[in-house]
Amino acid sequence: MAKEARTEIQKAEKGGASAGAEQTRPGPVYSPAVDIFENDKSITVLADMPGVKAQDLQIDLRESVLTLTGRVTAPETPTESDVLREYRAGTFLRQFTLSETIDQSGIDAKLTDGVLRLELPKVEKAKPRQITVRTS
Amino acid sequence: MLVRRVWPSRPTFDSPFADFDSVRREMLRLLDSVAGDTFGDVGAGVFPPMNITQDNDNFYVRAEVPGVKPNELSISAIRNRLTLGGKREIQREHERVSYHRKERAEGSFNRTVTLPAEFEADRVDANYADGILTLTLPKAEETKPRQIKVRI
Repeated sequence: MAKEARTEIQKAEKGGASAGAEQTRPGPVYSPAVDIFENDKSITVLADMPGVKAQDLQIDLRESVLTLTGRVTAPETPTESDVLREYRAGTFLRQFTLSETIDQSGIDAKLTDGVLRLELPKVEKAKPRQITVRTS
Repeated sequence: MLVRRVWPSRPTFDSPFADFDSVRREMLRLLDSVAGDTFGDVGAGVFPPMNITQDNDNFYVRAEVPGVKPNELSISAIRNRLTLGGKREIQREHERVSYHRKERAEGSFNRTVTLPAEFEADRVDANYADGILTLTLPKAEETKPRQIKVRI
């Protein structure tokens, strides 16, 4: 249980301090649905970001805060008029605080069919050393 | 299966009630977004979220179906009705993993929408990119708007 608590990933509240940078762009901000799981080697984040192209996706990890930002450009042409509207183009934004140390160079991100798969490898922990106490 | 009527009653484009309906939908959407529920519910039959637009020649249907393989989608059309069905599967992870979040829903879906006018079902074009399905439905010739010249 104590181990679980240590590796817990906390969801940062939307509209926090780091959302300030997003306010330069108008439009709604959405929180994408995510799956997060880990094994001994890495933490994996899967996020639903429909409509986000690879070049419009930003993944930022600094001071153990992971920020996912995906922008969706409205696909409609100006001649189209709405008949039914259930979703809107906007920005997907979500932040997580990671308590494990992540190997930044080994991060791998893949965007397939609107789903982001982010692999965050953990830094290999220093092997426990046995220290023998010498007696004189 | 949920049959959702896009149009409240008769397909009259300039009905004042249509405006009320779109305002009402917009209000509900705003309330939803305040509550933080913008993705919708798979179980409630409103998956996938859809946008329908039109211009003079076509209807355009766009649906958010992230993670659904194009070959898992089934699209059928008759007269002015469009049915979109499919299945979203989330692959099991092989290794022993412990989950921290599991918010992405999986399952099958089936949704029928009625468009305001008939379209040519055999000329529907479907395109899938970045988790968005875009359907282009050419309007039937007799439902296209016509320019009427005034004789002098």
